[in-house]
Amino acid sequence: MPGNKHIAVSKMKPGQTGKIIEIQGGQGLTARLGALGIIPGRNITKISDMLMRGPVTVKSGSTQVAIGYGMADKIIVELN
Amino acid sequence: MNILLMGNPNVGKSVIFSRLTGVKVIASNYPGSTVGYTKGYFKIGEEIADVIDVPGTYTLEPTSEAERIAAEMLEMGDIVINVVDATNLERNLNLTLQILEKQIPVIIALNMWDDTEHRGIHIDLDKLRELLGVPIIPTVAITGQGIKELGESLHMAVSPDTPIRTSDERWATIGNIVSQVQTVTHRHHTWRESLGDASVRPFTGTAMAAAILIGSFFLVRLVGESLITYVLDPLFNTLWTPVLLKLNDILNGSGFFGDVLLGHVVNGEINYVESFGLLTTGLYVPFAMVLPYIVSFYLALGILEDTGYLPRLAILMDTFMHRLGLHGYAIIPSMLGMGCNVPAILATRILESKRERFIAATLISIAIPCAALQAMIVGLLGQHGIQYVIIVYATLFVVWIILGFLLNRFARGLSPELLIEIPPYRLPPLRIVVEKLWMRILGFLKEAIPLILITVLIINVLYFLGVFDAIANFTAPVITGLLGLPKEAVTAIVIGFLRKDVALGMLAPLSLSAGQLVVGSVVLAMFFPCIATFTVLFRELGLKTLLKSAVIMIIASLLVGGLLNLIF
Repeated sequence: MPGNKHIAVSKMKPGQTGKIIEIQGGQGLTARLGALGIIPGRNITKISDMLMRGPVTVKSGSTQVAIGYGMADKIIVELN
Repeated sequence: MNILLMGNPNVGKSVIFSRLTGVKVIASNYPGSTVGYTKGYFKIGEEIADVIDVPGTYTLEPTSEAERIAAEMLEMGDIVINVVDATNLERNLNLTLQILEKQIPVIIALNMWDDTEHRGIHIDLDKLRELLGVPIIPTVAITGQGIKELGESLHMAVSPDTPIRTSDERWATIGNIVSQVQTVTHRHHTWRESLGDASVRPFTGTAMAAAILIGSFFLVRLVGESLITYVLDPLFNTLWTPVLLKLNDILNGSGFFGDVLLGHVVNGEINYVESFGLLTTGLYVPFAMVLPYIVSFYLALGILEDTGYLPRLAILMDTFMHRLGLHGYAIIPSMLGMGCNVPAILATRILESKRERFIAATLISIAIPCAALQAMIVGLLGQHGIQYVIIVYATLFVVWIILGFLLNRFARGLSPELLIEIPPYRLPPLRIVVEKLWMRILGFLKEAIPLILITVLIINVLYFLGVFDAIANFTAPVITGLLGLPKEAVTAIVIGFLRKDVALGMLAPLSLSAGQLVVGSVVLAMFFPCIATFTVLFRELGLKTLLKSAVIMIIASLLVGGLLNLIF
């Protein structure tokens, strides 16, 4: 569905799902997220976030992962 | 021959390891509960093979110390038992394919097999075997299902031809495999999942954390105090005291042996806390003062570990912990430290950077008293009133925060962000909780009790030789001038290097005021760590970092002790 809004995971609302478009980080970040199954093309659902730019909890496949806010800022999704 | 148990974190490797080898290891429901190297044996055919429980890793391109160890260990493997979480096939297969690329014979234990059904997951085993080209045994490690078959099938491990793929190609292959073997039927959100989601939202999560931590605190107190009041004190008073009084008569209450065995017996009365004999204080401190709190603390910790709550606490604490130069996951080693600092410092391996490990280990050894010391603080200071115990804890907590701020400000390097997998909530079977508690109690009995007895013996010998008097006179300016304690209190600080519980006990006969006991408790907690902690700090951080830590400890404890002395 081209034309849908592209936003960072940090900006998603809890409950929203989107398809990962790109990870705007170095190889290290891409590899660490990739190892947990967070890779472009996958769907990712935001479960919750914390106050004061705290970590963001997401679900990808059947894995739940907590990601620091800065990292979540670099994962760009297209909202479903 | 080396058999390696490898897999993603928190898939049950340690439980399978225990089942296969009979070697008991501590397993918990959070990623990274195994950080070291555990070896056991398994008979395969005629040969006795070494089985190694490798720390969990998501990838062979390591991102943390524990993962680096895992990748290195693979080099020495002859067979890999790849433990795969059946409820999380896709992510787990990433490591599987990477291991297969290394051309080492592999057999897969498809664990948590019983969990797939109620999650609506169906896996076509034959198809998966065909696509991966290796034997696959479904297992339920926690009940033992499939473990026998796994053991009997080890010789069937094979190394199929697997092309070296790029990360993208690998994920594409996995996607292809999963779509062929796995069907997921829709199902409703379970109550555990709803509870899981609520525990990582700011408001419900904080409320739950407060309730859980306060609940744990009361559980620890209730169980610990009940064991002392209703079990151990009566045992000592009704059964052991008569034996000792008899012995006192025989020894005629004097001489070196009398002193060493019974300590100072005044008017035929035995004071278990103050007399300092091997058979009096030497047994009473470990069994009737410390052991009850070891039992109650590890019971509470075990439940927190096995339900999977701790990673959620890490998320809630993350923003705050960053102020201390750590991320939220450091809360797990810190909580382990309240039991014993040694496994806590080992557990800092789950943190990624050297800087974080230095900060976490230093904070643990300074500001987190172990269960043995805490039990003594509660036991001795509690008699003067609970408010004094609270002052000690509050002081240590403030020290933890301020020192964390300072270390974060001045330690070089960066502390990375949080990135952890959140395990599902599980209800740990009672048997598992009890087994783990028993292992930890045995560990305490085997490691602490001999050392406590040796420490009491050394104290008696040193007193006898007059060594303590010499030290006391030498250090009097610091101990009396700065800390406001009687000069004899220095002996406790010296002995604190061996056992902190016995050391605090040495303050008991000095008839200190409550304020002085507060100073003594805080200084003992913060000053030099005990020898076991010291050794593990050296092994884990190296000499240079250890010395840095030690200097911080000495300065901080004298500073805080001096300040408290001014207040009281």
